[in-house]
Amino acid sequence: MADNKNVWVFIEQDEGTIADVSLELLAKARELAGILKSEVWALLCGQGVEDAARNAVAHGADRVLLAEHPELKLYRTLPYARIVSAQVREKEPYILLFGASPVGRDLAPRVASAVRSGLTADCTDLQIGDFDSKKDGKVFKDLLLQIRPAFGGNLIATIVNPHHRPQMATVREGVMRIQEPDPKRKGEIERVNCAFESSDFALEVLSREIRHSTVRLKESPVIVAGGAGAATEEDFELIRELAHVLGGEVGASRAAVDSGLIGKEHQVGQTGTTVRPRLYIAAGISGAIQHRAGMAESNKIIAINTDPDAPIFQIADYKIVGDLNEVIPLLINALREKAK
Amino acid sequence: MPYKSVVLVKQVPDTKNITGEAMTPEGTINRTALPAVFNPEDLNALEMALEVRDRHGGEVTVITMGPPGAAEVLRESLFRGADKVVLLSDRRFAGADTLATSYALSCAIQKLGSVDLVFCGRQAIDGDTAQVGPQTAEKLGMPQITYAEAIEKLEGGSIVARRALDHGTEMVKCSLPCLLTVVSSANEPRPASVRRRIEYKFAATSLEYKSLLAKWPSFKTEEALDAFLVRRELKIPVWTAADIGAEEQKLGMPGSPTQVYKVNFVVLEGSESKVVDPTSDGIKALIQELMQEYIVG
Repeated sequence: MADNKNVWVFIEQDEGTIADVSLELLAKARELAGILKSEVWALLCGQGVEDAARNAVAHGADRVLLAEHPELKLYRTLPYARIVSAQVREKEPYILLFGASPVGRDLAPRVASAVRSGLTADCTDLQIGDFDSKKDGKVFKDLLLQIRPAFGGNLIATIVNPHHRPQMATVREGVMRIQEPDPKRKGEIERVNCAFESSDFALEVLSREIRHSTVRLKESPVIVAGGAGAATEEDFELIRELAHVLGGEVGASRAAVDSGLIGKEHQVGQTGTTVRPRLYIAAGISGAIQHRAGMAESNKIIAINTDPDAPIFQIADYKIVGDLNEVIPLLINALREKAK
Repeated sequence: MPYKSVVLVKQVPDTKNITGEAMTPEGTINRTALPAVFNPEDLNALEMALEVRDRHGGEVTVITMGPPGAAEVLRESLFRGADKVVLLSDRRFAGADTLATSYALSCAIQKLGSVDLVFCGRQAIDGDTAQVGPQTAEKLGMPQITYAEAIEKLEGGSIVARRALDHGTEMVKCSLPCLLTVVSSANEPRPASVRRRIEYKFAATSLEYKSLLAKWPSFKTEEALDAFLVRRELKIPVWTAADIGAEEQKLGMPGSPTQVYKVNFVVLEGSESKVVDPTSDGIKALIQELMQEYIVG
């Protein structure tokens, strides 16, 4: 086992643009490397992505391992896993992080299996801490504490990987914060060798259709969200109108998405998007744990619910017990009056 | 041309109804305290495999790893159309994380001989990790198609499949054998057929003989019951670690790099909340306050 404590981030890119989750991870990796007194290394695969490498440095990488090859232009499991596994075996990082995106969730387990290390999925927090192992009768210093919801979001589990390196985790999108890039930051860009085997090309991508979502939940300063209590088209019309008056975005609980009244891209919660807007208005949302986990860190929360005991009220700054059909029009009127 | 398919399924606790009793102080899961169900996306995987067989011929073998009670999902698979089922059960498998699980599953698949297609659900609702599929594929040296939503074409030695990603779809062509993880939007799993339900009602593993004898005292001995099940081709095989030729140190807890350090119940407490009257005046005062704090306006 190597004695470096470097923190690696797999950088996901699409046509040279780095995915937000990778930038979030670079910021988190800086924090972890600060505690470990080690370096942040970015692992970037693609073709013609040198600008992205420089961008990774600006966002916190001390070194970028840059694998450029025509076969790496579009993401495919096997060629990417080949490069990442080879680099991990050769340089033995202490920690290796991936975004819990479709790419990260496809690639990370493949790599973990190849290098025979532990992998924790969908972490919502990462810390450095000691692990007192009864089984081994010793304390493992400075391990990566991999924190994730478990059992349908009812529990928070902390997972460690004491004996194997690297300590690997995928991290949910949107839960860590991106740091402002510093274009003056210095970092090395190291080009790495790309050697494949013919079996790496068993799969070819015939076509790819990307829908660019117009819903921008994560960035919106205000979110008005509807839940099971918003049971009709008219209810969601009111929610949309309030969001419009506030210059915000429409959110939804899983129950509302399941009812078909609103699209999945609006879903807030553990299986949707994690948000922390300036203002979150929860209308007719009871506040199941899986929803609260995705919005509890909002700056101010207004909850509207007919049930005075709804769990959503436990985390609300403002509690309005009432029917959203009555309360929302009052909110809209009050806002319109103030705007005059 | 006929295809030989394997479907990996899992019996999972119904995570929608969790109580405090479900967790032990050591942070492991007391599965007996929860109702067990067929992992939903594994039903989509089974359906996809059955559709391949119905269209091209071949056979579908369903494998699950778990305690004796996991035979329940195998019977359910038989009711829905599986040709063969196998239970992997051994104390040495217990406490496995995704890496050790994928190792055991890959050994079992290798024991079946040559296989064209391996199907699994995208993820299981107890862990939501989506790791076992890709890890199994790696151990088998097979390419993988995760988030598979449809098989567009299956011809000779290759498959064309559509993947459903967060923000779009991807069409891929892959040589066989390969492993697919199947999403819930792929299909509507067929229900158990009444005919098959009657046909396989008595299907059982030897691990269940004791409780079955209590239910059917007319068999008197386990040997008699066994002879009956074998004759009717209703005996579900149980494979142990030795049967699949697995290295013991790669199984169960010893073979699992990850360990649970601690488990906490989720507590999300906000600051004391202010009660706002659902009246015109109450709401106006609220908006006033939010404007003063620059939250709105």
